[in-house]
Formats: sequence, structure tokens, C-alpha cells
Amino acid sequence: MTAWEPPDSRRRSLHGYHCQAKMAEEREPPPLGDVGQADFVEVEDGEDLFVSTVTTIEQLSPTTPEPSCLPAEDISTNSNGPKQEILLDDDQEDLFAEATEEVSLDSPEREPILSDGPSPAITPVTPTVIITPRAEASMFDRSLDEDEDTEENGDTFDMQITVSDPEKVGDGMNAYMAYKVTTKTSLNLFSRNEFSVKRRFSDFLGLHSKLASKYMHIGYIVPPAPEKSIVGMTKVKVGKEDLSSAEFVEKRRSALQRYLTRTVTHPALLKDPDVIQFLENTELPRAVSTQALSGAGILRMVNKAAEAVNKMTIKMNESDAWFEEKQQQFENLDIQLRKLHASVESLVCHRKELSVNTASFAKSAAMLGNSEDHTALSRALSQLAEVEEKIDQLHQEQAYADFYLFSELLGDYVRLIAAVKGVFDQRMKTWSKWQDAQLLLQRKREAETKLQYANKPDKLQQAKDEIKEWETKVQQGERDFEQISKNIRQEVGRFEKQRVKDFKVVIIKYLESLVHTQQQLIKYWEAFLPEAKAIA
Amino acid sequence: MDASNKESALNVNASSIKISDVSQDGDMLTFAITSQNLSGSGGVCVFRTYEDFIWLQQSLFSQEDVPELQGVIFPPLPDKPLPSHSHTQAKVLKQLGFLSLGDKWQIYCKALELYLQQVAAHTLLSKNKELYNFLSSSESPGKQRSKKGIFNRLSQVMEEMRKEGHKDVDEFFQSERDKTTNLSVLFKVATEKFLEVVLTKQKLALACGHFSTSLHLCVNQENADAVAFSKICLKLSDIIETMKRNFEKVSDNDMSTLGLGLELESRYQEAKREMLFRRTCRLVELDNANKNVDRAKPNKKAHMEEVQKATQKEFNLISSVAKQEIVHYHRTRVQVLRDFLIDWCEKQLSTAQESSTLFSQYLEACKGLAV
Repeated sequence: MTAWEPPDSRRRSLHGYHCQAKMAEEREPPPLGDVGQADFVEVEDGEDLFVSTVTTIEQLSPTTPEPSCLPAEDISTNSNGPKQEILLDDDQEDLFAEATEEVSLDSPEREPILSDGPSPAITPVTPTVIITPRAEASMFDRSLDEDEDTEENGDTFDMQITVSDPEKVGDGMNAYMAYKVTTKTSLNLFSRNEFSVKRRFSDFLGLHSKLASKYMHIGYIVPPAPEKSIVGMTKVKVGKEDLSSAEFVEKRRSALQRYLTRTVTHPALLKDPDVIQFLENTELPRAVSTQALSGAGILRMVNKAAEAVNKMTIKMNESDAWFEEKQQQFENLDIQLRKLHASVESLVCHRKELSVNTASFAKSAAMLGNSEDHTALSRALSQLAEVEEKIDQLHQEQAYADFYLFSELLGDYVRLIAAVKGVFDQRMKTWSKWQDAQLLLQRKREAETKLQYANKPDKLQQAKDEIKEWETKVQQGERDFEQISKNIRQEVGRFEKQRVKDFKVVIIKYLESLVHTQQQLIKYWEAFLPEAKAIA
Repeated sequence: MDASNKESALNVNASSIKISDVSQDGDMLTFAITSQNLSGSGGVCVFRTYEDFIWLQQSLFSQEDVPELQGVIFPPLPDKPLPSHSHTQAKVLKQLGFLSLGDKWQIYCKALELYLQQVAAHTLLSKNKELYNFLSSSESPGKQRSKKGIFNRLSQVMEEMRKEGHKDVDEFFQSERDKTTNLSVLFKVATEKFLEVVLTKQKLALACGHFSTSLHLCVNQENADAVAFSKICLKLSDIIETMKRNFEKVSDNDMSTLGLGLELESRYQEAKREMLFRRTCRLVELDNANKNVDRAKPNKKAHMEEVQKATQKEFNLISSVAKQEIVHYHRTRVQVLRDFLIDWCEKQLSTAQESSTLFSQYLEACKGLAV
């Protein structure tokens, strides 16, 4: 676990951001309801930019954030979070094989059909936009606990993934950001110990899509991919090189890193050939079905509608109290986490406000220092201005810690819970399928009985064949159900352990940042005291 | 009043004047003021309301027979303390600034106390017999008089603007006027900005409080993992609570030292500016008198010359007092600011040391938390 290190004192520097981002000299004041943080569907590719506006309107939040901070309230009612992970139909028809949705803070599955648009991805509301991206934000990326054992292999899990060097490729609306994905590992799964590839955002979405379609229906909790953001990306595409688009890129980079790290922490996903290919292969086929209104997108929309209806009608006979309890637990946890997330957002917001106000005060103190006649007092006032500027710096760093450690962690977990709920829903579907098969078998048997008295030998044979077929299906259905139940128990256990670990790591890093801030303050005050005393 | 009372006023030990208590009844505040003689014998305690303070201030202003008073920089009396209800909070904040903050009017009382000490320490003002009554008479001082004396002259804004720019005959004073105009604005701005900083810190404390409470509610005992997670949430709740207390302490320190200091300094700069303006008004009068002499018809000339002489004499008197006042002010303000700055720095240093220790302890504890 890497210790928390203080960010570089170079302000507003971007680690490896190759665009010639011109840093604003003055701090950008919190924009009024900055659209960059509002809720829009994004499309990765230029050509689909306008196609998805249809769903944009539906996803717009009823309330736009005010520049002042959100009250620390539960945001679930008017949350603008991204949409929930949608269940996949794993039928023989492969239509939906690549369908995947972004996971959201909302539970739209409980909402009427049309509000489930295809992959509507809405970034969580952050009233103020000023999180200056810094290389050092990567300090807050939670590194893998290097002592974690995999349950399957028994080797020591030794793997570290970093996402870095965001680079703008191309021009205009066809441009995109390419990220460098570096893997360092000693595991035998990979051909080398250290390697890196270039990936773009839709590649990550594509990976998630494949994993979800392969594993969700057997009960594995597949970590959700980061959200899309139409406005964020548009700003980058049109070459708006300012603080907010730089922040957006950094936020995304960090989210992608956390996503990959979570994915490879899962023992089964780590071994998945798609994952390995993603990490190792230089070239990757373009994932096209992640776009909003492509053919697959439309199928997803239809699928979701059907899903929602189905869910309302499935009444499962829960024979296992464990599942019922757990579902309730996760419902509660969902609510709690959203509350916490809102609290932290408020904290981040105020902290940024403090930074702005401190800088403003520092300036006025400097002006005082300049105009003051009395030499020693003038010097002390100028020193005061410098101390306040340094303190402002500390506020900014602490705000990053607040955000990158807590806010993002909580946001990640809200989305993860949605994935967990998705898995529970899958189990219900599996059960339902099994029940349907049983019902059908019953009918076939009845039909056979009838045919026995009708003297139609070939129809009878057909009926007997069908019965055999459905008996097999019933058995398969039961096996599937048992398997998914077993997997879910395991997954939930793993999830809960991981949750505790994740939070502990974050808290320790946060404490380190708090200690660091106080120690810096001590230094500054100790340096200022003699200056104050020197006023004669 | 007889001569013995006049001496008694001078007998007050200025630095012993304290506002030992304040009580609130509805919207009315009553201050308990204690003071002692120079000889150290006999302390006295009286109860005064803000209206009494206004009466005192007016009494100080309105000594018509002491023309030198116009050259005095009057210690500024804080504005009326309005208890803030939610709808008046913004207004009170705007009017009183730092003085409206803090527990139980602590900072306001400190400002009032300093006011009394400054008046009692002033060579000219302390001679005012009303000061003695104010500090020791068990009866309430008189009702507010109608605004008389120099007070009136300050209320004419248009005239002020015109006269403010009147060129001075004395380089020292011209330079002082220019500097004060500049500095008083800068101090005012700095005070306002610092107030914003402190208010934001208070908001942060509140936000931490909410966060901490939400964490406290995340307790779930259903199974081993839930218990482990609950433990972590509680730990974090404690940490955030500590953060909250840290913010509260830091903003308290800010308010009671640097905040108060900046507030006082900007008001004092205003008082100095007012004094300089009064002198400038007299200068305008003098210039007019000079012109009148030149333009006077022969039969009026003698009269005009007399007026001119009297005006000149008064002006010189005021200017010499003013000069002394300015020199004295320059010396004391530096001392006052120095004391506030040192106090501020020491308090913040101590708070930072405490917090650092606390957070380090938490860090060690968390590292040891078995997961």
C-alpha cells in the first residue's frame, strides 16, 4: 500500500497531458450550474454525437445544481447518477450478447419502461468544477493490496495496473482520448512481466460489455465501467483546453484505473481471455455496440423494456432466507451510501470555496503589505499573505483528497451495489426460467397422456421426445439455479470483504493527508511567529 | 461638577476597565463594567446598555468649549449590537462583521472594552467628567441628547466629497490624508475577505458534522463482514468529528484575534479619516476667511481680519493636536496589530499541534485495525 504523498507544489500541472493545455492564470470561479457536470448521454464517437440527443432529454435531471453547495441530503430521489446496470438476456439468440449498460446511481428498473434509455450515462452532480488535475491525484488511486491471495491459484496476487498519459488523438468531433494502460505482474497468465498498451474509452466499455454478458448470468459481480459524459468529451474534442476539461480527463483516467484494478481483483475475471487480451494486445477490435442508438443499442432498449415488465411479474418463492436478508441489506446499504456520497460532495464543495476565499484574502493582505508604511508591519503583512497562499494550497490538496479518496470511492460503491442487485435479479430470472420449464414439462406430460387415448402413434412419439427434452431442460434449470445461488453467496462474501479492505485503505490514506496538512500548518505558523514578533 | 470629580476621572486605571459580563434580555444587552482606581484601591462595577455608550460618545464629541477636540482621533464605538435572528443574520453580519460572531458576544464585548480603555487612556478625552459618571455612577447616565457638536458636520455627504479633495497647505497632512484614504479601504476589504474565510470554515465544520452523523447511522450487526464495515464507519465518523472540532477551533482563533484586530484597525482608520476631514473643513473655512479679507469692503475689513485671525488660531491649534494624535496613533496601532498577530499565530500553532497529534493517533489505530 503506497503511503500518501503530498502533491507536487506545482499548481495545476497535468501529468503527461500532452495537449498544450493553457492553464488559466487565475482560478476559475465555480461556474454556475456548469453543464459539464450535468446529465447528458455521451457518445464516444463523433458520428453518433447527435443521434443520441433523443435520450438526452429524458435523462435531464429536473433540478440543476446550484453553484452553492448541495445540502447533505439523500440524492436518490432526484439523483442524476448514471443508469443502473441492466440485466442481460442470455437466451440462445445472440442479439443481446454485446448489450451492456452503464451502471447508475439510480434504480431505473423500478421506474416505468421508457425512462430506461439505452446506456444513458449521467455523471454525478458536482456543483463546483474545480478539481485541478494533478499527477498526484494518482497518489490517491488505491493500489492493490499486495498480500491478497487468490482463492483459486493460491499464488500471491501480484499485479498492478496503471492508467496514464491521456493523449488526444485526431481532430474535431472525431477526436478521442487514448490512455496508456500499463500492467506490472509476476503472474504466469501473462507472457511478460511488464507491458503497456494504448486504449480508448470505448475499449473499456467494450470489455465491460463482454464480461457482463459472460458472467452476470451465472452470478458473478462484474465491476461496472466508468460513466460516459457527453459534455465532458465534447469539450475535449473541440479542443477546449481549460481547467474543467483537464479535470474531466483526470477524473476519467482515475476512474478507468480503479475499474481495471477491480476487474482483475476478481479471480475469475482475471483469467478471462478478453481481459488478458485487453491488457496485452497492441491492437484491439473497435467496440462499436457500446454506442447509444446503434442497432445493438436499440435492441438493448427493447430488452430493457421487456425486462422491466418481467421483473414486475416475477414473484419468487424464496426458500432461502439468506437471499432475502441480503437483498434487504443491500437496499439499506444503497441508501446509506448515497447519503454519505452527498455529504462528501458538500464537504468537497465547501473546501473549494474555502480555497477561493483564502486566496482572495491572501491577495488583499498582500496589497496591505505593499501600502503599509511601517516597515516591520509591512513585512509581516506580506508574510501573512504568503502564509495564507500556502494554506490555500493545502486546502486545494485536501479537497483532492476529499474527492479522490471518498467521493469517488462512495460513487464507485453505489454503482457496485447496483451491479450486486443486478446479480440478484439474474438469480430471480434463472429461477423463473426453471419454473417455466417445469410448467411446460407438466403441460407436455398432460398432452402426452391425452395422446395415449387418441391413437396417433407418431404424435405420441413426438410428445415423448418433447417430454425428454423438457425434462433435461428442467434439470438444467435447477442446476443453473443452484449454481447461480452458490456463486452469488461466494461473490457476496468476496464483495463484503473487499469493501472493508477498500474503505480501510482509503481511510488510512485520508488520515495520512490530514496529518500531513496539520504538520505543514505547524511549519508555516512556526515560520510566521518570529516575523510577527519582529514588529517593533 | 466640581473639581474633585474632575480629578477622579483621571484616577481611573485605563487598563483595568473590563467588561466582565453581558446579559441578554430579548433584544437588549446589558454590560457589566468593572474598573479600578490608579491607586489600586476600590473597584467599581456598573451596568450599562448600548444606549448609555452612545450617550457617552456624544458627550465626548460635544464639548464645544474645547476646540482642540476637533483634532482628536476619537476611539471608534462599535455599532449597535443587534441579536441576530435567522432573517436578520445577513444584515447583522454586514454591519458588525467579526463583532457579531463568537459565543455570547465575546468578541463584541472585547471591542467595547478596548473602546473604553482607549477613551480612558486618552489625555484629552479622559478629562471628560461624563466618563467618570459612566464608569462609576450607579445611576444610568442621561438620555441621548439631540445630535450636537461635531457630529453634525459629518453628515453632509456632498459637502464631504467636495471638501475631501481640498488641497492642503501642509505636506505632512496632505500625505497623511492620501495614505489614510488608501489604507482605510484596504483594511476594510481585508477584513471583509477574512470574514468570508472564517464563515466558510464554519460551513465546513457543519458539513463535517453532517458527514459524521451519516456515518454513525451506517451500523449493521447482521454478520461478521457487516460488523467489520460498521467498525470502519464508526472510526471514520470519529475522525470526521475531530475534523469538525478542528475547524471550529481554527475559526474561533481567527475571529478572536486577527479578525478582531483587522476589524478594529479598519474602524480606527475610519476615525482618523474623519478627524482629518474635520481639519480639512476648518482649512476650507480658513481659506474662505482669507479670501473674505481680500475682498472685503473697507468698512468690513477689520471685522474680517478678526475672523481670519480667530480662524487661523483655531486651525493651528487643531493641526498641532492632530499631528500629535497621528504620531501617537502610528505608534499604538503597530503595537496593537503586533499583539493580535502574535496571539493569532500562537493559537493556530497550538491548535495545529493538537490536531496533528490526534490525527496521528487515529492513523496508528487504523493501521492496527484487524480487517
